[in-house]
Amino acid sequence: MSLLRAVARRVAAGLVVLWAAATAAYLALLAAPGNTVDSIVGDGADTPQIRAQIVTEWGLDRPPVVQYLDYLWRLAGGDLGRSYLLQRPVAEVIGEQLAPTATLAVAAAGLGVLLAVVVAVGTTGRRRRWPRRVSSAAELLLVSTPPFLIGIVLLSVLSFRYGLFPVAGDQGPAALVLPTLTLALPIAGLLAQVLRDGLDRALDEPFVLTARARGVRERAVLLRHALRHALLPTVTLAGWLFGVLLGGAVVVEQVFGRPGLGQVTLSAVTSKDMPVVLAVVTLSAAVYVLVNTAADLTCLLVDPRLRRS
Amino acid sequence: MGPLLAVEDLHVTFDTPSGPVAAVRGIDLTVGVGECVAIVGESGSGKSVTARALVGLAGVDARVRAGRLDLAGRDVRAYRPRDWRRVRGRLAGLVVQDALVSLDPLRTVGAEIGEVLAAHDIVGRRERAGRVTHLLDQVHVPEPARRARQYPHQLSGGLRQRALIASAIAGEPVLLVADEPTTALDVTVQAQVLRLLAERRAAGVGLLLISHDLAVVAQVADRVLVMRDGRIVEEGPTGRLLQAPQHPYTRQLLAAVPSASSRGRRLSEPARVRDGCAVPALARTPLPARPAVRPDDTVLDAVGLTRRYGPHTVVRDVSFSVARGETLGLVGESGSGKSTVARLVAGLLAADAGTVTFESTRWSGVPERARRPLRRRLQLISQDPLGSFDPRYTVGRLVAENLDPGPDRTERVVALLRRVGLGPDLLDRHPRSLSGGQRQRVAIARAVAPRPSLIICDEPVSALDVRVQAQVLDLLADLRAADGTALLFISHDLGVVHHLADRVLVLHDGAVVEQGPVGDVFSYPRHDHTRSLLDALPTLVTAG
Repeated sequence: MSLLRAVARRVAAGLVVLWAAATAAYLALLAAPGNTVDSIVGDGADTPQIRAQIVTEWGLDRPPVVQYLDYLWRLAGGDLGRSYLLQRPVAEVIGEQLAPTATLAVAAAGLGVLLAVVVAVGTTGRRRRWPRRVSSAAELLLVSTPPFLIGIVLLSVLSFRYGLFPVAGDQGPAALVLPTLTLALPIAGLLAQVLRDGLDRALDEPFVLTARARGVRERAVLLRHALRHALLPTVTLAGWLFGVLLGGAVVVEQVFGRPGLGQVTLSAVTSKDMPVVLAVVTLSAAVYVLVNTAADLTCLLVDPRLRRS
Repeated sequence: MGPLLAVEDLHVTFDTPSGPVAAVRGIDLTVGVGECVAIVGESGSGKSVTARALVGLAGVDARVRAGRLDLAGRDVRAYRPRDWRRVRGRLAGLVVQDALVSLDPLRTVGAEIGEVLAAHDIVGRRERAGRVTHLLDQVHVPEPARRARQYPHQLSGGLRQRALIASAIAGEPVLLVADEPTTALDVTVQAQVLRLLAERRAAGVGLLLISHDLAVVAQVADRVLVMRDGRIVEEGPTGRLLQAPQHPYTRQLLAAVPSASSRGRRLSEPARVRDGCAVPALARTPLPARPAVRPDDTVLDAVGLTRRYGPHTVVRDVSFSVARGETLGLVGESGSGKSTVARLVAGLLAADAGTVTFESTRWSGVPERARRPLRRRLQLISQDPLGSFDPRYTVGRLVAENLDPGPDRTERVVALLRRVGLGPDLLDRHPRSLSGGQRQRVAIARAVAPRPSLIICDEPVSALDVRVQAQVLDLLADLRAADGTALLFISHDLGVVHHLADRVLVLHDGAVVEQGPVGDVFSYPRHDHTRSLLDALPTLVTAG
């Protein structure tokens, strides 16, 4: 019951965030220099008649408030509008490019979490001093290096020198390896640090002493008791990290010359293709809200104490 | 069959960055079948380390060495972690203090108890739930099947401690090591848990009880070992040890326990005794004379105080007054509303009904601005001074904060520190680097700095060892005598209140059930709740 109410509250908050993101993007683009009609005309024929026709066709003569409300109404109905530049429905344009980006983001998130858990569980505890120092140093290095630099280093070593992976493009799983690693390594570094810190703290708690006093194996103490406690802060952080993963994907797609939302966004912003930019912003906000809601609910599932209020 | 536990010349040393630290230095110990042996000592005496070393959990940095260490007839000195796992829970069960943090908060109580059954393959997966229910029933948890599905935070302190005991006895160990099993529990609950432990002993289990509280130990132990600085200074049958203590340290411990019989005399030595020095025989020094209480001159007057949190009424219609120079005790179990009353009186919480008058000025229902001129006349000392100190402030600054600025402020701070028995060398220290007793002294120095007419003491000695508690109580008595300050003394410990207070208020479920002079209320209690509190109180039968 209380769980249900918690879900409802979080979904409602998510909708507010979505509305705020869409509105902020709308206002930002409205305030940006340049004329909407210019963007629609682009490089095509430019006469006063064509311009007048565009204004009536896109409804640009209506007051800004009405245009804004119309945009919101259509957004609520799932209509993202038409691209000024490509003269096609935005949903179609994004839909084509969504799959490669989503594949990359999900693969990177999965790999990042997996690496973090393996490294943190493997290096926690006070007996393993050296592995811990080495992994701490590696994590720090990965977290403090910009992802595109990691990508370039990976490219120049593994692709250019040894030719293990394709340099660019999106042909098969081999082409996915380097971009995924590029995005996953910093995530893994940060998560591993937080997770190990949580494990260390949990292992010092009195309930771990009780568990050990029951004759439980050390591995079970770690996985059954300590890991759950350490996961709580990690899940929250992971939710945030995955939310910004989309932004990271845009850069990495450029480095590796991959198709995806990155390319679409870049060209839409430079040519002021308002419907596409708005759609991308709303989509990232939606993903962010979705992932963070999922993270909050995971915390609720893991920690019974949070379910009370 | 020999003893369940036989220990000779046990040493535990910790490797620390600043060199090895010896926590236990050669102790001997035996526990027989159905016997209860108690180790009593203050924090840092090495008693908990001993308990953990006996189940092989002294820690990674600990080095354990012993002339003999036999558990149920087996020499466990050369045991590897794998061998220890078979011992823990199965041969020796460990019960530690504060079950809220000693049970995993993310797992149900049933899962925690079932873990023992799974680790030692005691019953099959199918029968586990039934066995857990049976175990909870054995430790007298009502509705055991429902409780097994609940989480630790949904259980009261007493139920949690029982669940912890259930998990310790699940593997049917022959030896039960209980480390402070009743600390942080109310007296009535404490009595129930002690009865429960006595039941296990009657069932043939050997019991090693570790506690700082002599009175608790006196209830159940056959033999008592007094431990200090890693060594056993005295041991003997409980009755003999309490009535005719041989070692000065034991005598000092016994004299430090506040109770009805300690009223009017000092609990600690007037001169501070450094550790390691010979302890002089305890003289029964009387407390200094106090200025007479003036019953007609009221410092604080509370009428009909009521406070609700949501649907719960935590304080209902509480009325009392404190006369100038009087000490009013406020006793009750946890959850009885003591601390809420303190906060209402201090003006830190608004009452839903009722009024507070302080120094003939309206104190409740007025804006903070109106209270501010009189704020310094009313001071507060809490149980945990560390939490009420700014951790970045030095001791000097913490005390100076409560003094008027002036060129001689540092000298006044030093004088105040001296009054509470602290040296000027502490001026630049941070509260975190002080011991619990020193911190409470700083809190007292800070409270008496503006010469208040009333100090609210909310469980000021509950977190302290008995000898430090004695020193702090003596200090409060000295200051009270010198300044004529009135005290509102809140405690769950009836002995402390009996020792110090003039009048007492017994709080139960947010309401005052009984009040009057301390001697009358505690000697001739009229209300059932007061009687049950007094019955549950472990008392020391000493030489008197």
